[in-house]
Amino acid sequence: MLKGYGAVILDGAWLTLQLALCSMALAIVLGLIGVALRLSPVRWLAWLGDLYSTVIRGIPDLVLILLIFYGGQDLLNRIAPLLGHDDYIDLNPLVAGIGTLGFIFGAYLSETFRGAFMAIPKGQAEAGMAYGMSSGRVFFRILVPQMIRLAIPGFTNNWLVLTKATALISVVGLQDMMFKAKQAADATREPFTFFLAVAAMYLVITSVSLLVLRYIEKRYSAGVRVADL
Amino acid sequence: MIFDYNVVWENLPLYFGGLLITLKLLALSLFFGLLAALPLGLMRVSKIAWVNLLAWSYTYVIRGTPMLVQLFLIYYGLAQFEAVRESILWPWLSSATFCACLAFAINTSAYTAEIIAGSLKSTPPGEIEAARAIGMSKAKMYRRILLPSALRRALPQYSNEVIMMLQTTSLASIVTLIDITGAARTVNAQFYLPFEAYITAGVFYLCLTFILVKLFKLAERRWLSYLAPRKH
Repeated sequence: MLKGYGAVILDGAWLTLQLALCSMALAIVLGLIGVALRLSPVRWLAWLGDLYSTVIRGIPDLVLILLIFYGGQDLLNRIAPLLGHDDYIDLNPLVAGIGTLGFIFGAYLSETFRGAFMAIPKGQAEAGMAYGMSSGRVFFRILVPQMIRLAIPGFTNNWLVLTKATALISVVGLQDMMFKAKQAADATREPFTFFLAVAAMYLVITSVSLLVLRYIEKRYSAGVRVADL
Repeated sequence: MIFDYNVVWENLPLYFGGLLITLKLLALSLFFGLLAALPLGLMRVSKIAWVNLLAWSYTYVIRGTPMLVQLFLIYYGLAQFEAVRESILWPWLSSATFCACLAFAINTSAYTAEIIAGSLKSTPPGEIEAARAIGMSKAKMYRRILLPSALRRALPQYSNEVIMMLQTTSLASIVTLIDITGAARTVNAQFYLPFEAYITAGVFYLCLTFILVKLFKLAERRWLSYLAPRKH
């Protein structure tokens, strides 16, 4: 049915997964840094965090991808000669894609994390302090485990949006499954078949993610009382 | 490194042309998307299992696949079938503008249907009981009680969807349309100035986002003030 392109597209699917997972890892780190900035008592740090989250969330992913990919390439090739590197540098689309998506979704996650941290009752941190825990220990032992539970619904949402956004990286030349499907479609003149196959692959990825994250949410919500209506 | 303002200034007409295209795409897809979302949202709260399942499958598939794939399926994919190429709809289906609007409208209809369904489900039970107690028929109850209140309560979530759609319209530039992003890609291709080209586009989108947020704040004040926290 796929005229021998099945394996090629599966190859692309693996790249799509790698891209999504690595970007999410980076986004979590940047999201935590972002929320630390935004909740910081130092005024200009909080302002910086707000600027990051507002500007990134107000600009389409595609524009940011094009800006960071082409702009980054341009910048790299202007700086490299100064460091004694004369060859033209081509940005690796996978590395650039991970950096770009991580940067974009870090902003969205900082928003999710902020909501989750603010939903933890103040008394929790105060109780930790009263036991003589250091503020770092209060953060990691008391706040973070509770924050994870509260952040899971928002995190699930962000993960699904990020998985789908990886398709855009094919526009700057990453050979993910979208790119492979376009090639196969052009070669066989059967675009509908291949794009439908890719759509099905994405649906499998999002469905499995939903199941896994629902399980994790249940695990983290153990012992939480829900209003019985 | 310096920012070349001249290039931006000289190409502003191109960006404003793109702005018009972006707004046109946004308005058309939101209008038709909302039109389709209403019946879909009602189907999603239906007690008849197969009706509900039908709408659920639609929203699940649309929300589980990337917008870019949906756009390519419609713009490149449909041409694979001879029946489509020979149908009377072909002049429309071969136009990038029409395909982009169609794909965007389908996409937003799925998300909006879920928003409407969620809002309908969160109707206070008292409102429904009151409508029944007065002896309203089901149709009248939906028309007079459920929909007006549910659509109002959906406003904050719908504003998010509208802003997401604004960002989604940037995909139109991938199928050759010269919207704001398309203008930026043209400028970059011509002058090799990625920062100037895309930062200008980014500023346009940021302004549009702020305007939309403001408009929805006004709309909420007009239609949702009865749910706002009481001011003394």
